[in-house]
Amino acid sequence: MPEVLSLNALDARYGDFQALFGVDMTLAEGEVIAIIGANGAGKTTMLRSISGLLKNKPGQIVYRGRPIGGLRADVVAHLGIALVPEGRQLFPSLSVEENLLLGGKVGRPGPWSLEKVYDLFPILKERRRQASTSLSGGQQQMVAIGRALMANPDLVMFDEISLGLAPVVIKSIYDALPGIVGEGMTAMIVEQDILKALSVSSRVYCLQEGRVSLEARTEDVTHDQITQAYFGVVA
Amino acid sequence: MIEWVGAIVQGTLLGGLYALFAAGLSLIFGVMRLVNIAHGDLIVLAAYLGLSTTLMLGVHPFVALIVVMPLMAAIGYALQRGVLNRTLGPDILPPLLVTFGLSVILQNALLEGFTADPQKLNGGAIETASLAVGGLAVGVLPLLTFAIAVAVIAGLQWVFYATALGRGFRAVSDNQDIAQIMGLNKAHVFGLAMALALAVTAIAGILLGMRTSFDPAIGGGRLIFGFEAVIIGGLGNLWGTLAGGVILGVAQTLGAKIDPGYQVLAGHIAFLVVLAVRPNGLFPRVEH
Amino acid sequence: MSARVTRSTRASRVGTVVAALALLVLAAAPWWAGRADMRLMGEIYLYLSLACLWNLMAGYAGLVSVGQQAFVGFGGYMLFALTIFGGLHPIAAILAAGLLAAMLSVPIATLIFRLKGAYFAIGTWVIAEVFRLSFAQIQALGGGSGSSLPVGVVKSLAASRSGREALSYWLALGAAVIVILSVYLFLRSRRGLALTAIRDSEVAASGLGIDIWRTKLEVYVVTSAFTAVIGGLIFSQKLRISPDAAFSVNDWTAFVIFIVVIGGIGTLEGPIIGTLVFFALRETLADFGTIYLMVLGLVAIVVMLKAPKGIWGLVRDRFDLELFPLSYRVRKRD
Repeated sequence: MPEVLSLNALDARYGDFQALFGVDMTLAEGEVIAIIGANGAGKTTMLRSISGLLKNKPGQIVYRGRPIGGLRADVVAHLGIALVPEGRQLFPSLSVEENLLLGGKVGRPGPWSLEKVYDLFPILKERRRQASTSLSGGQQQMVAIGRALMANPDLVMFDEISLGLAPVVIKSIYDALPGIVGEGMTAMIVEQDILKALSVSSRVYCLQEGRVSLEARTEDVTHDQITQAYFGVVA
Repeated sequence: MIEWVGAIVQGTLLGGLYALFAAGLSLIFGVMRLVNIAHGDLIVLAAYLGLSTTLMLGVHPFVALIVVMPLMAAIGYALQRGVLNRTLGPDILPPLLVTFGLSVILQNALLEGFTADPQKLNGGAIETASLAVGGLAVGVLPLLTFAIAVAVIAGLQWVFYATALGRGFRAVSDNQDIAQIMGLNKAHVFGLAMALALAVTAIAGILLGMRTSFDPAIGGGRLIFGFEAVIIGGLGNLWGTLAGGVILGVAQTLGAKIDPGYQVLAGHIAFLVVLAVRPNGLFPRVEH
Repeated sequence: MSARVTRSTRASRVGTVVAALALLVLAAAPWWAGRADMRLMGEIYLYLSLACLWNLMAGYAGLVSVGQQAFVGFGGYMLFALTIFGGLHPIAAILAAGLLAAMLSVPIATLIFRLKGAYFAIGTWVIAEVFRLSFAQIQALGGGSGSSLPVGVVKSLAASRSGREALSYWLALGAAVIVILSVYLFLRSRRGLALTAIRDSEVAASGLGIDIWRTKLEVYVVTSAFTAVIGGLIFSQKLRISPDAAFSVNDWTAFVIFIVVIGGIGTLEGPIIGTLVFFALRETLADFGTIYLMVLGLVAIVVMLKAPKGIWGLVRDRFDLELFPLSYRVRKRD
């Protein structure tokens, strides 16, 4: 499988504060990986770096053979990397449909369109004229996912999609994931809910205090390994 | 009695001009939270560009708009991308002080290029034409100004809420980072917003120049009128801005009716009264 | 090895001695300087005072005003009104002007503090315009064309011309010293710390129990009073006042802002350096009129974009200097 994304000794910092230390990671075509780690481990920082919101040295992030670490976020988006941000972050001034249309702004060709997103999440079609803020948390998450899909990305990154949602809603969203990834997309799933993340991924990385503390195939990984990588202590 | 009604009608129509001063200010504040201290001087610049165009090409000021509007839009885009984008951030000082510096530069550049002598755009017969409405003579130019203001605000409203461009404006205004992730280049979006704002400013400048004489020093006053219209109407509400302009215009003409020296003062006092009684303006935007 | 926390540095201690000596030399100017030089220096002191006051508001309290000309002009007009109609001695009138400005600034603040950030700035400008238009309506003070200070009032300052010039000079120098010292001591006080906390983070400061509104109000009232006093001094030298001159946004706000920005906003040293740079530029480029102003605006923009802490910020970062010791330093003790 050709490599889609690789992180090469990625360091990321906010001003004087260094959040990531030499993170190495690879992601192959069509692969789904899970990123786990405690709060403050650097997961969101990593996604912000990849999506271009944080500037890095160009070669530290390579996408399809092209160094993208120094590119602006909108340029990265046009290359086919999409992010479903933590906490949804819909545009409150935009209706549901406008949020989705904005996601399609990059205009990449591919299977996803307004109709396909509405097929995936029919409730959004009913609510399409409503303000995005008037929806429930789960429905907002559907908009956030749909908005990212509208870009027809090659790589989509999900940041804490189950955070703050009811279990039944989380289940319905995770049920929809195979349908999304089945379209040949490569995905990176950042989750607090470790079991959920492992259930849909083939490999897992654990971050601890800005460093990769575990890299394993999901089927091989043990509970103890995760505990140690997650908390940094031997259970 | 009829004189007072006349003053109110004149003030209302004058309010259209003030709404045009305000619309550009309101637009850029809405999109990028920038308050442009040089806004008034840009209105005056548009008037001078109109003057140069009418003199060089021998055309009517309205025809000059064909030149001045794209020119102002281009200036706006270049200004935003070249200078103003660098000032945006959490700190309010840089945009404020940079646009303040810009204002001084513009004023003195106009002084250097056109001297301090008052100038006027020659609108021809339309300037003196009037319509008789129920015993009142209503000037055609003020009436046209008001109609243009309504059309411009309706147009801006349409751009904002019914086009992809407006969607981008609102998205960037809501959340710059996420908008950027969706593929919007915010530097470009801000440039387009300033271009649009200065295209409106071009219209305001031409209408101002046909209505009264102007000189390089009057920019500050026009900024203040626009600002007062925005605050009276309520931040972020374009139709409210029109209402704010009308209230300001009526206050001024009524003040002038009492004593010509009170015209501008009465407008300021109306503004301060609104600020005291309704600090969020008369028609604040309802968040949905 | 132990450490102690201190505010003073070698540079600041040397600075204090140098400043005291310089002050002595400057105070003796009537005996060594020519008439024109004294006028210029007097003007420098008054601009320096305005710059320090504006810097306290904008650089420390976050109150970016473009309407301080309201209080400059008010001070000037009060000097004229209180001496002509109240029969006060000019110096008493100037002090009274400060007091009146303080009283007037409270209701003004309650109104314009409702405006945030840049809108606050334009709000202050509206207030200044209200002042200008209102004073233009007062026929007893010459209406729109203004009036001159009567000879009797001028003579009550000092009988001889050279005496008046020396007095004006000392008043201006004294005002500058008082303003700089007051701002410095204020920033060192508990209130000043509160102000710095607000500047760094309003949310955090209010969490610490600092009444932000009240602290800002105090700064606004005090700077308004001082600004009016300086305004009185300015027009006691000019001897003539008109609404356009008294409430000029260019003379009393634009120049002051450029001085502070170029020197270094939010530092005590900035206004001093900015004032010197401003007058150096003015004395060399003033013949170019409008070009000079354009250059000044351009320099301010470039400084704001490239070096937002101004000339002093560049110097301080390079040499770790602080002439007015405000920050605490941890120092090794042997």
